[in-house]
Amino acid sequence: MSALTTAVSRQRYSHPLMAFVLRRLAIGVLLVFLVSILVFGATQVLPGDAASAILGRSATEAQKEIYRQELGLDRSIPSQYWSWISGVVQGDLGKSLASGEPVTSFISQRIGNSLILALVTMIVLVPISLALGVWAGIRRDRTADHLISSLSLGLIALPEFVIGTLLIASLAVSLGLLPPTSIIEFGQSPLTSPSLLVLPVLTLCLTAAAYIIRMMRAGVVETLNADYVHMARMNGVRERRVIWNHALRNSLAPTVQVLALTMQYLIGGLVIVETVFAYPGLGQGLVQAVTARDIPTVQGVAILLAAIYIFINIIADLLVVLLVPKLRTSL
Amino acid sequence: MRWVRPWSTRIALGVLLFVLGIAFIGPYFAPYSTSALAGIPYSTPSGTFLLGNDYLGEDVLSRVLSGGRSVILFGALATVLAYLVGGAVGLVAGYSRTRLDSGLMRGMDILLAFPPILFLLLVATGAGANLVALVIAIAIIHVPSIARIVRTAAAETSVRGYVEAAVARGDRTRMILRREILPNIWGPIMADAGPRFTVSILLVAAVSFLGLGKAPPAADWALMISENRSGITINAWAVVVPALMIAALTVSINVIADSIAHSLGKSVDTEALRR
Repeated sequence: MSALTTAVSRQRYSHPLMAFVLRRLAIGVLLVFLVSILVFGATQVLPGDAASAILGRSATEAQKEIYRQELGLDRSIPSQYWSWISGVVQGDLGKSLASGEPVTSFISQRIGNSLILALVTMIVLVPISLALGVWAGIRRDRTADHLISSLSLGLIALPEFVIGTLLIASLAVSLGLLPPTSIIEFGQSPLTSPSLLVLPVLTLCLTAAAYIIRMMRAGVVETLNADYVHMARMNGVRERRVIWNHALRNSLAPTVQVLALTMQYLIGGLVIVETVFAYPGLGQGLVQAVTARDIPTVQGVAILLAAIYIFINIIADLLVVLLVPKLRTSL
Repeated sequence: MRWVRPWSTRIALGVLLFVLGIAFIGPYFAPYSTSALAGIPYSTPSGTFLLGNDYLGEDVLSRVLSGGRSVILFGALATVLAYLVGGAVGLVAGYSRTRLDSGLMRGMDILLAFPPILFLLLVATGAGANLVALVIAIAIIHVPSIARIVRTAAAETSVRGYVEAAVARGDRTRMILRREILPNIWGPIMADAGPRFTVSILLVAAVSFLGLGKAPPAADWALMISENRSGITINAWAVVVPALMIAALTVSINVIADSIAHSLGKSVDTEALRR
């Protein structure tokens, strides 16, 4: 650790931005490490014996004992953690208790599907909800704002599975417009049957849009109250120019943070939405693994998702620093 | 009571009272036992079964009437627990302004590095479908941010003249916290409590939906949705009615929370609704 800090402080003289990147990455790695303890601890230390959960009530004590030895459950918790984390660092997440296959192949089979779902959602979601949020902020306290704000207030309180279920009941079952489930064979790309993606994407968009709209609206309202905006108006700058050149240009950094938060939300949202539509992604796989108490799979997927979550944060921080020159001086 | 004035809030209050009525008085009016295999699975509404039957042939109406209590109670329990712990920690940290402060922020960092639903899934893996563990886990998700809100408010208050006067008078710390500090931090807590309650309900419902909360014979709105999903083309009521009940509950609470926050001169913090 001390070697790292000296390296960082030596770097500081040559290139502050580089030092910031290194510092942020170091904190990220530390966070992933702490989260790995949380992941391991939550699944392992809590009451409940994995052996009896998997083998069922009819298993004899001797059978359970053999199973515990096989899983390494008879060893001390720190030594179990050590063998798990040293595997993780080398890219070995262990073997699934349910299938006996490596957890990494479980992940690679499903992660593509989840990425496609997330990507399509972002493409549909971001432009529309950014525009709606900004519009509500500019038209503050007018009809458009009231309409957008109260809709988003309602949507934000709705669970994904309720939205998904109601969409299935209305669009798929009553009207017969779309398939009610999104079951896809492994190895087949979801993009070949886009109609399967419509309802999951719509569900994710409806929940996530509420967040983006509310945060963007708040940001724009705040910016439009800033001194430099008042100043520009008093100088007789036209309102359109005030909004585009003064207010919105300065909303770039908050927007990056809003997008990062949205991507982070999607990680949790995918878990539920994939389950609702039986879409074979990482989230649905995680829920199945939890139900089966397939501990290695749960740990592997959880640490991966947490690492992505932290990584998104780091990228967002870096982008903000790059986009807002003012912030670079305080590095 | 300025917050009840907007018509949207009045409608929300009416809806909330209706949902609470069904959840808490409804069980006494259930025409059938919630686990009685009374009819043919997935039969559509009829004179004897007003909302039809579910995947096992149980009466959907009886289960809707009985299925609201658990999600509301567990959501409330998790929220109260979170405020007890987070409030106490934040109060002490804000008043004493010691090293506890930075410890809190680090705890916050770790929990913020984690999607809440993922944390619940991990706990469910370790503890099984154990509702007590899940309620505690939901409370843990809230604790750092509650502690931070209370800490900020307490730190602002603790430098005021009347607090210093109380210290100079020689009042005991516990008295100062209860009499001088606590009354001043009700505002931030009131503005924050509504969305937090909404999130607790959302998380309890999500966990039940995923089959990690209440076990199947129990009636539970979220569980009903996942149980009867495969029969949505035959008897959609078994899915749509519980879904609408949950929607009415969470949306009405959030609308009320928003207008309470507005009346306190704040707006509902979107961050508090993170899930």
